[in-house]
Amino acid sequence: MKQSKALAEYLIALADDELILGHRDSEWTGHAPILEEDIAFANIALDEIGHARLWYELAAGVTGTDKSRYPDQQVYFRPAVDWRCLQLVELPKGDWAFSMLRQYLFDAFESHRLEGVTASKHQPLADVAARIRNEEFYHLRHTRAWVPRLGQGTEESHRRMQAALDELWPYAQGLGAPLPGELELEEMVPHSHSLFMLWSSEVTQFLIEAGLDVPKSGGRVEVDRAVHSEYFPALIADLQEVAQLDAEAQW
Amino acid sequence: MVTIHSPKIALDEIWAALAEVPDPEMPFVNLVEMGIVRDVDWVDETLRVIITPTFAACPAYEVMGANIKDRLHQLSIENVEIHFRHSPSWTSEWITEAARAKLKAAGLAPPPHHSGNLVQVLLDPVACPHCDSTNTSLRNSFGTTPCRMIYTCNDCREPFEQFKPL
Repeated sequence: MKQSKALAEYLIALADDELILGHRDSEWTGHAPILEEDIAFANIALDEIGHARLWYELAAGVTGTDKSRYPDQQVYFRPAVDWRCLQLVELPKGDWAFSMLRQYLFDAFESHRLEGVTASKHQPLADVAARIRNEEFYHLRHTRAWVPRLGQGTEESHRRMQAALDELWPYAQGLGAPLPGELELEEMVPHSHSLFMLWSSEVTQFLIEAGLDVPKSGGRVEVDRAVHSEYFPALIADLQEVAQLDAEAQW
Repeated sequence: MVTIHSPKIALDEIWAALAEVPDPEMPFVNLVEMGIVRDVDWVDETLRVIITPTFAACPAYEVMGANIKDRLHQLSIENVEIHFRHSPSWTSEWITEAARAKLKAAGLAPPPHHSGNLVQVLLDPVACPHCDSTNTSLRNSFGTTPCRMIYTCNDCREPFEQFKPL
């Protein structure tokens, strides 16, 4: 009983990260620098929101809630204070460098987490992770290609990429904090801290190769997922606007 | 008490009908040969159709379910339930050879066989579905749908899409 509560909390945190990142990514739809990237990033946004739904549905299964309604309830009717996403994914989309770098940092971490969760002894969890992992492979390949492209592109692209890294790096440290419920799921899920060590050495080397200066210290780190950024209430208001006006709206 | 059952249509006839339901986004292939329809079974008076979504966020699933029901209603099967099965995950390995040939004929490079090793197979050259040259370049990992990538053939100069290996 206690474990299923922990698992539900863990799944909701995973889902919230994907949903909010997907929402931020979707803000580029129709605004990306070139048409191909518009299509690519809209696809990535769609995937992330699809992955969020898979995690919410799994959480519904764990809590014995109606799977068909649960994702919409969580996304459209949950107050901002009850979300458990990282501040990293809440930040406004910024410029193209900022959004590409955030997506890369997140995807690189997620690939390690999904690898770990795929090996979970809890089979439904492992199955969903395996499914998402294969799709995420294409995200990481795509966003990874943007890091040296911008880092070593023009003076302007390098300047923007460095500025993005300086701003994102402290927030990215939050990836290493245990997810809600994680500590009670000992044998079932990978330790965020171990994943973080892998991620940290991998991305640091990659960023240096891309011509970027990795900030020395992590800076201010908010690890509590119950604490949200100043940008989050407005994001949720925007996301939930239609549902709040008409909860039964059909389209 | 006696319950009178209406005669149930044989499963092979149902499979044949399902093999006529086109993929909404690629109407030259059907949902059976794409490996999306996984199982069909009668549960009392209801026909249960199990489908496995390809990409998690594929927006075509509601349409697929509706099209399956429409086709089965033509066989006078009124009670049809569509169930989603997520495990095991859909893989492009389930696409039949016949469907691969149809994809290629429609100008879509079929996904290469990968036996689980996506990392390796994505390093292999992709053959142009128009001229078969392997001198091709990836333009975009994402195409008109999440399940496709965009390439250009450096020999015949045609752009083309590939169905992603998954």
